Amino acid sequence: MSIIVETFDTLAEAARAIGGDGRYLGGGTLVMRAANYGDQSFRRIIRVRDQGLRRIAAAGDRIEIGAGATMADVMASRDLAFLEPVARAIGGPAVRQMATVGGNLFAAHPYGDFATALLALDGKARMADGRETPLEELLARRDGAGLVASVSIARPRDGEFRFRKVSRVKPKGVSVMAIAAWLPGAPGRIAGARVAFGAMGPAPARARAVERALEGAALDESGIARALAAATEGLDPPDDPLASAWYRREVAPVHLRRLLLEDGRR
Amino acid sequence: MARTPISFTLNGSTADLFVEGGENLLDALRRGLGDLTPKYGCGQGACGTCTVLIDGRPQLSCLTLAEAVAGRSVETAASLAEGPDLHPLQDAFMEGFAAQCGYCTPGMLMAAKALLAENPTPTREEVAEGIAGNICRCTGYEPIIDAILAAAERMRGRAA
Repeated sequence: MSIIVETFDTLAEAARAIGGDGRYLGGGTLVMRAANYGDQSFRRIIRVRDQGLRRIAAAGDRIEIGAGATMADVMASRDLAFLEPVARAIGGPAVRQMATVGGNLFAAHPYGDFATALLALDGKARMADGRETPLEELLARRDGAGLVASVSIARPRDGEFRFRKVSRVKPKGVSVMAIAAWLPGAPGRIAGARVAFGAMGPAPARARAVERALEGAALDESGIARALAAATEGLDPPDDPLASAWYRREVAPVHLRRLLLEDGRR
Repeated sequence: MARTPISFTLNGSTADLFVEGGENLLDALRRGLGDLTPKYGCGQGACGTCTVLIDGRPQLSCLTLAEAVAGRSVETAASLAEGPDLHPLQDAFMEGFAAQCGYCTPGMLMAAKALLAENPTPTREEVAEGIAGNICRCTGYEPIIDAILAAAERMRGRAA
């Protein structure tokens, strides 16, 4: 099958051209893989030259990350130092030079660790047409969602953001699960926690029962007990070659406990 | 079938060729330009044997749209040796028996080159992280890590 490559100067032009048989090319780790394996669902590759899509800008208590920013760009950003461990957990060095923030939002299970972190950080996607969409909505309905220009996230205070990737292969491995938590008030009592799991459903998802259980809680054994009991409430962990749904449900509270009690001491 | 002319720098020399729509850089290098050093392993970014440097940074040529390197600089393992003189990484791999079947070696060498360019004094853990995207199924990783550390030491000696 012949693929036609269409290159545009701006994301707005690309958004107008994308259509039914077009696939947007970000860093290439998803689309080129599909092309290499003879994916017949698209006949056109749409790409944009605009390097402004890699821009990372802090403004007040939020930070805007261009959809074209790579994991390597994130790791190099002083404003995003709290996300450095998340970006480092994705692929090897070559993948991190290519994989983009925008692409990660559309990465199918078991990928999407970075999106899990963005979801916990109250991420909002700025679409190519200027609309703003909460990541929770975007991740729930990714097909046909349109092109993302940037993602705005909250800037957590020191010690408020935590991330844990659980994989069988070190230092690089696909997630059995990923957990990201923004814990306003940590290490004291928590107010307005946002907790998200990756690889525990078709897309990264918030653990709202955990969030409710953490409201007003202290980060100690008794304070987090209700949150651990509710760890997988509302989640739909898959059976796949990495782990069974049963295993994921069994170990999720273990890893959540480590995230809440141990990771903050590092 | 639409073909697009592109021009880029390959190992210091200008390369001009026509690429097909959706063609990846690995195919362009191997089929279009005859540089057989980068290998096809998985085609999905998992094995790393197609690793090349683009503008000095490691990238996977099988996942890179060939058109996207127009005007840029690409380096493959073919650039490492200077005539009969092997690169210190190649010497260290050979002396340390860091290659068995050799299929992963070009990608390992380029990942290592990128690592040492950024960090000339890596720890063992940093080397392991630097080649974390490259899979070897023969020797295991210890001889490869040893070789990269040995090459780093030699390169520092040369620079001193």
